[in-house]
Amino acid sequence: MQAIADKQGVKRYIISLTVNGDEYSPVIKGNTLLVNLLRDGLDLTGTKKGCELGDCGSCTVLMDGKPVDACLVLALEADGCEIITIEGVAQHGELDRLQRSFIDNAAIQCGYCTPGMILSAKALLARNPHPTEPEVRAAIAGNLCRCTGYVNIVKAVLDAAEVTA
Amino acid sequence: MYLPDFDYYAPESLTEATGLLMQLGTSARVLAGGTDILVKMKSGLLAPSALVSLKNLHELRRIRWDADRGLAIGALATHNEICNSAVVQEHFLSLSEAAHKLANNQIRNRGTIGGNLVNAIPSADLPPILIALGAYVTLAGPNSSRTVPVESFFTGVSRCALEPEREILTEVVIPPQKTTGSTYIKFGLRRSGALAVVGVAAAVTMDGNVVRDARICLGAVYKVPTRAIQAEQVLIGKTWTNDLLEQAGRTAVGCCLPISDIRGSAEYRRDLVRIFTRRALKRAITQGHV
Ligand SMILES: Cc1cc2nc3c(=O)[nH]c(=O)nc-3n(C[C@H](O)[C@H](O)[C@H](O)COP(=O)(O)OP(=O)(O)OC[C@H]3O[C@@H](n4cnc5c(N)ncnc54)[C@H](O)[C@@H]3O)c2cc1C
Ligand code: FES
Ligand code: FES
Repeated sequence: MQAIADKQGVKRYIISLTVNGDEYSPVIKGNTLLVNLLRDGLDLTGTKKGCELGDCGSCTVLMDGKPVDACLVLALEADGCEIITIEGVAQHGELDRLQRSFIDNAAIQCGYCTPGMILSAKALLARNPHPTEPEVRAAIAGNLCRCTGYVNIVKAVLDAAEVTA
Repeated sequence: MYLPDFDYYAPESLTEATGLLMQLGTSARVLAGGTDILVKMKSGLLAPSALVSLKNLHELRRIRWDADRGLAIGALATHNEICNSAVVQEHFLSLSEAAHKLANNQIRNRGTIGGNLVNAIPSADLPPILIALGAYVTLAGPNSSRTVPVESFFTGVSRCALEPEREILTEVVIPPQKTTGSTYIKFGLRRSGALAVVGVAAAVTMDGNVVRDARICLGAVYKVPTRAIQAEQVLIGKTWTNDLLEQAGRTAVGCCLPISDIRGSAEYRRDLVRIFTRRALKRAITQGHV
């Protein structure tokens, strides 16, 4: 992290972080939130904003492999970190098996919660490839779906886990 | 929702961090996981001139067991780190379980034990079990450090013994003890991501069926987490029965002073205190682990 000040004396910082495998060195302000750096600075608008207070999980991204609410992380705190957003889940134009499973199970209605749901589920399967239903429910407890499609979402995650069995 | 402007520092050592706090003056604040302070700053409740991030103080993240000192948890250990730590599970499984009852997965990946204590809200989930287990905290200033029992750390709603313009909470220590069983149970309006309407922690030392020692701590029913000392006295020296636990639960109601708010009325909370004290005691006595 490097601090710089412009002619008006406004302080900015140069940080470096990896997003979906690409390295970036954005210039940000101290009060820039990670969610806004991703959406406005890097044009990765797959990460959504809902409550902006840590309640809904629509801004979930993986920070060094762990799901966090990007609305409650300063971009400065992500200096040196590896971030994965929903844009980084499909590889070489191929949907991830979780994304496929969400489609096959009709686990998407309006889709607003889906990026966060998929990232929470992705972190769960990385750490626990064969979760039980209660474990799936606990892992997505911080992701609210206002369309209340939880039954199919849980099914989609369990099905995606099956595929690797 | 945007944050007000502030200066940002990420010191590389504890001495540098406390030095910075002294130099920056009273409106600078420490930043740990940010899950409390950023919410307050967004809502306009707090506008610190500077944030001093602890993220480079890696030594404050460690969790260690030492036979003489007990379990030492660095202030920056996150709730999920505490929850998943084999050392914590081996020595104080009840603390790991309490950390798991807090918030949701995303918040548990960022929120820290230090922030949970310094934030000092009455419904916080870790203080009751830490008090029941007789934990203390270390507060480091620029030139010296001091220890304070968690039981006397809280001085009011959002108030604690830490002097924010010069001190950093560095670790939480749970001393080795004879306790045979402990637990924390919580009633929230939802199973996840909800603050406690009432939280009760109990730690007991049993000798067969006789209660040798008992510590009960109530959360969310007074301006600070509170020991239910009279209820403990109902138990000590007696052989436990369901009736005795009910009597302890009734007595605990007299040890709290709940308020009515959006999460529940005072009357409802008093009833919950009776029932949850009884249940917490039964679990601590019968489940067979600390
Ligand atoms: C959606 C949501 C749900 C939540 N649910 C719960 C819940 O169920 N139970 C619960 O108990 N809490 C809950 N919380 C509150 C919060 O997540 C926890 O209290 C968390 O432990 C705070 O830690 P932090 O590291 O994020 O603190 P921060 O926000 O970084 O700091 C909080 C305060 O403590 C000070 N501080 C932090 N660390 C130190 C230190 N080492 N030394 C000196 N000062 C320090 C800061 O200056 C600040 O004033 C919830 C929060 C959110 C947003
Ligand atoms: S927008 Fe971040 S949790 Fe709701
Ligand atoms: S699909 Fe609409 S919020 Fe979940």
